[in-house]
Amino acid sequence: MNLLQRLRGEPSSAQAAKSRLQFVLVHDRADLPPGKLEALKNDLIEVLSRHIEIDPRAVQISLTHERNQQRLIANIPLASARARRRPLN
Amino acid sequence: MPAKVVTITSGKGGVGKTTATANIGVALASAGARVVCLDADIGLRNLDVVMGLENRIVYDLVDVVEGRCKLRQALIKDKRLPELHLIPAAQTRDKTAVSPKDMVRLAEEMRPEFDWILIDSPAGIERGFRNAVAPADIVLIVTNPEVSAVRDADRIIGLVEAEEKGPAKLILNRVKPEMVRRGDMLATADVLEVLAIELIGVVPEDDTVLVASNHGSPAALDGKSRAGRAFRDIARRLNGETVPFEDVEGGDGLFGRLARMVRQGGQV
Repeated sequence: MNLLQRLRGEPSSAQAAKSRLQFVLVHDRADLPPGKLEALKNDLIEVLSRHIEIDPRAVQISLTHERNQQRLIANIPLASARARRRPLN
Repeated sequence: MPAKVVTITSGKGGVGKTTATANIGVALASAGARVVCLDADIGLRNLDVVMGLENRIVYDLVDVVEGRCKLRQALIKDKRLPELHLIPAAQTRDKTAVSPKDMVRLAEEMRPEFDWILIDSPAGIERGFRNAVAPADIVLIVTNPEVSAVRDADRIIGLVEAEEKGPAKLILNRVKPEMVRRGDMLATADVLEVLAIELIGVVPEDDTVLVASNHGSPAALDGKSRAGRAFRDIARRLNGETVPFEDVEGGDGLFGRLARMVRQGGQV
């Protein structure tokens, strides 16, 4: 990378390599490719929607790896809770 | 003391397993140890040419395993270093000609005669890899600072653990200090952070390695080769010596300092 790219604060190709590696290894280690994770997310939304009201577009699901621990993290905002809060503002 | 068995493996091909095996073998033997390098890459033998012993092959690993010759007959003695030996791989067979059990038996037969048995593993995670790892006391994983090679190293680390041969140690090979400084190559610290593995050596990219392999005379024989020196350091660490890691990526030029200043928002 050249000086100009650096001065603009663009990530270096080494940084790109590192973050791509981290992403791919988290999925490799869990034996859960990104596409499968997406399918899991859709199933999860379907099941949850049968019981509670959620905003499907706001659901986030990700894999992390910390201290030899694989973790599946789901962030599921409840639609009804948001709706209730709105009139207060 | 019976020999320690060290297997050099990688997952990905072309990262420098054979070069590492030959050079660590040369370095250990130069220090007076009795060493045998065993080429476990059946069907694609190469350790013989890297060591410059290809003209002297009569028998090979598969001949020994199948009882066509005695172990002693397949051992090629290196004329430069009297304590260095090679058992070549068969060229016309495949990995299934040998089993992990055969490898364990062969290693047991050699243990009393040597201080070190170095096994050059084939690439991949199949039979050849399992053959190479079966008799190992220590596993060294070779990788390059490149996404694909590091990813494969991670897979191999897991497999070595599954075979209860871990924890493996890492050789980071073909590091280009200039590119690391420029931010265009993964630094050693990045690779170690991602893989969570102990480091045993960092080998700089070095033209003398190719020149050495052209001649069949490993770089570790050349006192001036930087890569050769890195391999000698690895041999000393295998021997239990504490050898500080040379700062291969350091030696900041103006550019590196400037770039870091910019990244840190003006603070030096």
